[in-house]
Parts: sequence; structure tokens; C-alpha cells
Amino acid sequence: MFTRIPISAIIGLFLTGGFLFVAISAPLIAPYGMAEIVGDVWEPFSGEFWLGTDSLGRDLLSRMIFGARTTIFIAAAATALSFTMGAILGFTAAVTGGWVDQLMSRGVDLLMSIPTLIFALVVLSVLPVTLLTLIVVMGVLDSTRVYRLSRAVAVDINVMDYVEAARLRGEKLGWIIFREILPNALSPLVAELGLRFIFAVLFLSALSFLGLGVQPPEADWGGMVKENKDGIIFGIPAALIPAFAISALAISVNLVADWILNRTSDLKGGRGDG
Amino acid sequence: MVHPIVKLVVQRIALGLLLLLAASVLIFAGTQILPGDVAQSILGQSATPEALANLRSELRLNDPAYIRYFRWFGGILQGDLGTALSNGKDISEALGQRLGNTLFLAFWAALLSVPLAVTLGLVAVRYKNRWPDKLISGVTLASISLPEFFIGYLLIYFVSVKLGWFTSVSTVYDGMSILEKLNAIALPVAVLTLVVLAHMMRMTRAAILNVMQSAYIETAELKGLTPFDVIRKHAFRNAIAPIVNVVMLNLAYLVVGVVVVEVIFVYPGMGQYLVDHVAKRDVPVVQASGLIFAAVYISLNIVADIASILSNPRLRHPK
Repeated sequence: MFTRIPISAIIGLFLTGGFLFVAISAPLIAPYGMAEIVGDVWEPFSGEFWLGTDSLGRDLLSRMIFGARTTIFIAAAATALSFTMGAILGFTAAVTGGWVDQLMSRGVDLLMSIPTLIFALVVLSVLPVTLLTLIVVMGVLDSTRVYRLSRAVAVDINVMDYVEAARLRGEKLGWIIFREILPNALSPLVAELGLRFIFAVLFLSALSFLGLGVQPPEADWGGMVKENKDGIIFGIPAALIPAFAISALAISVNLVADWILNRTSDLKGGRGDG
Repeated sequence: MVHPIVKLVVQRIALGLLLLLAASVLIFAGTQILPGDVAQSILGQSATPEALANLRSELRLNDPAYIRYFRWFGGILQGDLGTALSNGKDISEALGQRLGNTLFLAFWAALLSVPLAVTLGLVAVRYKNRWPDKLISGVTLASISLPEFFIGYLLIYFVSVKLGWFTSVSTVYDGMSILEKLNAIALPVAVLTLVVLAHMMRMTRAAILNVMQSAYIETAELKGLTPFDVIRKHAFRNAIAPIVNVVMLNLAYLVVGVVVVEVIFVYPGMGQYLVDHVAKRDVPVVQASGLIFAAVYISLNIVADIASILSNPRLRHPK
């Protein structure tokens, strides 16, 4: 089963693993403190500061490492929230049907009729920007997409004989959702997980870049682009480094997700060459 | 007896208006969900009770929420978007100018990206699973993962700073000639094009591939048409409906993607205006610009629906 992992997936797995390792062990491997001012403003690459220093003279490499932690943690928490919420609500809608389904589905339609970024900006204009608010806003807005997918998958599973059997022997809603539908809906959901995570990383970075996400002095990649963007016109590429890290993380997760997607759809006997 | 197409189109438009109405409620409610109230969050925790009371009566926060909603929405229907808290200026005036700028930017990006995406999509199908297709797919995968600001600052760094071709700040004002304006927006247009191009191309490719599996395509191949003729004469026509849909959805995305791009290039458009006032907690401006963004987005989606009804005879007869 694992004999033929394509080279792109191996690169993706390797890089994703690397990012995760850096995020988890940030305080151990960072050469300097996260908000410690150690040198001049925008020093070039050197033996002392591998990636140079940022707009306030903090070591860019250390901030990148701590930034990996913040960015990946918030994105992962938001993805976890959106999956839990979206999947449970989607399965409930599919299993219950009737007005519950109608109410939730039309609500999701409405929420999706406003672009996610715009609605997030509207809500963040009155909410205090804290870690928790960010995670909740991102998670709730993104759960609409998970809801649609899991409802669509569950509607198909819901008419299977084994679900019918479970219902006839008098199982409750919780059993049907978690013991009958969830295990059978897992593979499309797992493939979607990677894509939602990338979306969360990009979304958080966009918010931080606009100054409405993670607040300074806390380091996160989108915010670091914002902090260092004024250097670009003087030919100082400091802002490009965190921007590149965001892209690298997104691409490597994408490579893994693509492989899983192809594999799970292969198992179902379809979409061989896409 | 009204023609069935007219009836369908009217239905879609009515549904869209209803959706827009509901979206306005949602945007209004979105600014009311905080634990305190708007006045508290504008002035902060240290505000004196007098200042709070003053701002509350100025914003008429003492009325119940639904009355405030109807006053706000009633004003919008008459073209009055209210006044900004931060500088007391009329919002409609400031927005009108900026909406024009944003649409100008989006228009040129669309003009560039739509033909390019459709052509590249066709090329990818023609050379399916050979190197042009693989190259296009690879670039697509990469560019979907790139945040707008990475592409934007890369272009600024290399094209504008190192080569000195275009300015890094895209200022446009009334007195500029069209050529000067186009020169100023060259880089933001390039970024927007790259951002939507990948997605549009990928979906165009998928739409045409879907059609390519039909029996009449096999017939066309068997009667000896060249591969490009098969695509041009048979596949493309039947793929027009999904492609139009893809294009409209991406244009809707373009209008949103403009927010980040405008901030990168300090372009005086709607997105920059919205972001500035979110930071200032200027709620009336945020509500007004949020609603306009939602309106543009929803209308483009309706146009996508209508276009696919018109271009696909099968959709004209609901089951």
C-alpha cells in the first residue's frame, strides 16, 4: 500500500514534517528570543544573523521559527474547529432531513453569499482581536465549506442498508452519526482536511498582513510581511522570507493532500488519471 | 404567456435580491455580536461614562437593534450610506470614487486573465498528460498556494526596484490620462491576473475534459478531424456553459482578492478603504463597504447563473 509513494508526495511529507518539527521545538532551536532586539535595523544575511534582522533589529530567523509556531497553531486550531462543527452539523442535517436540514443549509448558503474575507473584516471591526476570536471567526466561517461537503457525502451514505438497519434497531442520532456515517465518510473528509488547512494558513496570513490578525510583538508570518514590507522599496528582501515560508508550507501540504485525494479516489475505482 | 427563459431569469434575479437583503441583515448583525456595544469598542475600556453616553446618543445606540437596522437600510435605499465616525465625511461620496477605481483595476485584470485562462486551458486539454499539460498543472498547483502578497512583493522587488520598470506605489487620480493610469496599475493587474488565472485555467481544463468523454467527440475523432478542430468545433461549444460559470465565479473572487492587492500597492480603492476603517473601528464605513462588496459578489454570481441558463438549453427546462 505504501510501496508507490510519488516523489512529489515524499517532498511534501518531508517539508510538512520539517515545518511541524520547527513549530513544536521553536524555543529550543531559535538562536535568539522572539522579541529580543539584537542588532541594527535590517542587517543583511551574516554568520551571526542567518536571515538578517527585521525592521526593529530583531533576529529574523528566530522570529521565523516562533512565527511558524503561531501560524501553524492558529491555522490548525481553526481547521479543527471548522471540521468538528462542519462535519457534525452536516451529518446531522443529512440524517435528520426536513426543516432542520433546510434551516441549516439555507443559513450556510447565506453565510457563503458574503465573501469570507469581507465578512471576517466586518466582524473583526467590532471584536477585540485575540487568539481566541481569530480561531473562532476563522473556524466558523470555514465550517460552511466542510458542512457542504460532509452533508453531500452523508446524504449518500444515509440511504445505505446498514444505516437503515441501525435506525430500525432503534439507535440514537449520535450512534448513527459517529458509528455508522463518520467511519464511511472519513476518506473524502481527510483529503479535504489538507486543503482547509492551507486555506486557514493563507487566510490567517492575509488577516495578519492587513494588520487585523495576530498582533505585535507576537510573531506570525503574515504579520512579519507587514512589519518588513517598507524595506522592499529600498531593496531589502526581508518581507519576502516569511511570504516565501507561507508559500512553501502551503505547497508542501498541497502535495500531500493531492496524493491522498488521488489515493482515496483510486480506492473507489475512479479518477485514475484525472 | 411569458417565455420560460424570461421567467427563469426573473426568478434568479428575485432570488438574488432576496439573498442580498438577507446578507445586509447578516452584515448588520455581524457588527452587533460583541459583548459590550459599538461605542465601548470604539472608545476602549478606559472611556469615561460621559464620552460613552455621548457616542451612544450620536450613533443612536439607545434604540433597539431592528429599528437601527431599518434606519440604516432605509438610508441605503435612498443612496445615503451615512457618515464616517473617524472624520465625519459623507461615506457615499468617498465610496463612489473608490468603487470606480476598484472596478477599473478588476476590469483590466479580467480582460487579461479570461482569454489567457481559456486558451491555456484548451492547450492543456490538447496536450493532456504530456509536458505542456504537466507544466501548466504544476504551475497552477503552485500559484494556488501562493498568497497574493508574496507574488505582489516579488514583483515589486524584482520588476520595480531591481529593474525600475514600474512604480511600486499605484497612485491614480482624476487628472491622469488613461495611459498613465494603465502604467500605474500594471503591477497590481499582473498580480490579480496570476492569482485568478490558475484557478480559472484548472476549471476550464476540467470542464472541457468532461465534455471530451462524450460519444460525439469520439465520432468527431473517428471521422478524422484534427485534435484542435475537435476541441474548437465540438468540445468548446458544449463546454461554454461551465466555462462561463467558472469565469464569473473567478471574477467574483477577483473583486475580493482586490482587497489585499490594493493594500500591497497602496491603491486608492474600496479594499484599502475598508481595511483602513476596520483598523479604526469605524463601523458605519465597514458596514457600507462590506455591503457593497457583498452586492458585487452576489450580482456576479447571479450573472453566472443566468449566463449558464442562457448558454445551456438543457437548464431551461427545470425538472
